[in-house]
Amino acid sequence: MKEKEPIISVCNLTKKFGNFTAVDNITFEVGKGEIFGFLGANGAGKTTAIRMLCGLSFPTSGSGTVAGYDIMSQAEEIKRHIGYMSQKFSLYQDLTVWENLKLFSTIYGMTDREIKIKADMVFTTLGMADMRNALVKEIPLGWKQKLAFAAATMHSPDVVFLDEPTGGVDPATRRRFWEMIYQASSQGMTIFVTTHYLDEAEYCHRVSIMVDGHIRALDSPAMLKKQYHAATMDEVFRIIAQGAQRTD
Amino acid sequence: MNNAIEIRNITKRFGNLAALDNVTFSVPDGSVFGLIGPDGAGKTTLYSILATLLAPDSGRATVAGLDVIKDFKRLRSAIGYMPERFSLYPDLTVSENLHFFASLFGVRVEDNFDLIAPIFGQLAKFPHRMAAALSGGMKQKLALSCALIHRPKVLLLDEPTTGVDAVSRSEFWEMLATLKQKGITILVSTSYMDEAERCDRIALINKGHILDVDAPGKLVDKTGIDIYNASAREMYPLLQAIRNIDGVKDCYTFGATLHLATDKNFNLENAIGRLRQEGLTDARIYPAKGNIEDLFIKLAKE
Repeated sequence: MKEKEPIISVCNLTKKFGNFTAVDNITFEVGKGEIFGFLGANGAGKTTAIRMLCGLSFPTSGSGTVAGYDIMSQAEEIKRHIGYMSQKFSLYQDLTVWENLKLFSTIYGMTDREIKIKADMVFTTLGMADMRNALVKEIPLGWKQKLAFAAATMHSPDVVFLDEPTGGVDPATRRRFWEMIYQASSQGMTIFVTTHYLDEAEYCHRVSIMVDGHIRALDSPAMLKKQYHAATMDEVFRIIAQGAQRTD
Repeated sequence: MNNAIEIRNITKRFGNLAALDNVTFSVPDGSVFGLIGPDGAGKTTLYSILATLLAPDSGRATVAGLDVIKDFKRLRSAIGYMPERFSLYPDLTVSENLHFFASLFGVRVEDNFDLIAPIFGQLAKFPHRMAAALSGGMKQKLALSCALIHRPKVLLLDEPTTGVDAVSRSEFWEMLATLKQKGITILVSTSYMDEAERCDRIALINKGHILDVDAPGKLVDKTGIDIYNASAREMYPLLQAIRNIDGVKDCYTFGATLHLATDKNFNLENAIGRLRQEGLTDARIYPAKGNIEDLFIKLAKE
């Protein structure tokens, strides 16, 4: 995977808050179409790193590009070319399914015509046509998740950042969500995802594990399990994160 | 042995929706009891009733021997309740939150500090930090400390580990084991099936109905879920191909492999032959033992 052209490339990325180094000199690349799992204990620095990659915060030092744009000088272009979804906030509960899609697409600068074509496609692929006019607060959680993903990707971004998209979600619903990720990846979209469910780490092409602001491991799940003589990614994570000094 | 929680024929409707439909089960004194079910199953409604924040339409329930309707005032002092959303005051400090909860229950922090000391641990280093400025794991520890400060008999925890990393989750469950040793009964809900396996007993709940109650291992045994494992280099095409094979009732990702739930029409050799024909030449399928997660997925589908 990584021999393909990188869609994310960062070098010695560092972020300090006062004398606290939240992200400490991290370097990595993510290839186009890759599912990249960005793992780490609470407080390891994941959210700070993601904010820099999304153009929401500037690094203290280091450099990088996302979707071909510089994270120091082209933050606004980055925001236009990525998608972002988190479990905590992504949809307006008092708007309908269709209104949510239209709102997000309009923010991303899509024309009414583009939105209509894309929305019809989304409703068909997700089998959500019946729910078009339902209020978001009234649809089941599994559908909300699919809709949140659709809203984050309506503008066909090169890369989508998913920050704990399955937090608190039951095992059956989590799996349906991941099938959608597979599908998007097979169509060339790059997926950058964080999760605390370590079975989900097994579905990534490559994963990195952050500890105390550093990337301590980065490889395919198969190679990591081999390197740490572990049967599962859960064991790998425990071996690597156990020694964390930083309690969140 | 007495039951710390008794739930008898509890029903609660919201309009046409029966959030809880004739729910009956009991939680033995001093046990860690898991409430396991998909989103919208009725778990939070049940917690609200047990915490006396919501009255059932019909049925009876007692917690620590106290009735949720008649004895609601006394009951509130007998329980510690940690709702899904954090219950702390964000603009009070660590120490202020703890003292505030203690004063609500008419106790002094010092009186029961021994109970929370192992949990409070690192928080003691920054008593003057605002709760809002704590990270997720620390907020969780403070919320648990506040829920315990009046030394309740029963602890009600609604998805306490959502968004918490694997190492911290392990620590949290070790804390629960310590509290159990001190005689506190714990009712906990979770979406992590490895945590379900750490409970003494669990109740499976879906669409307001209790499907079964037993020890996690026994539930899996008696439901008899026979599954197959499957793997190949290209997992997504494999998943799609397997779903079209005769006798496959369900196929889903399971860590590094796929799991197949099958019926009597399934034939292993035919299945592998079919995958070969479709170009999945490295595909392997072999029998495996299902666990609580497979059971959950099976029940959620029904």
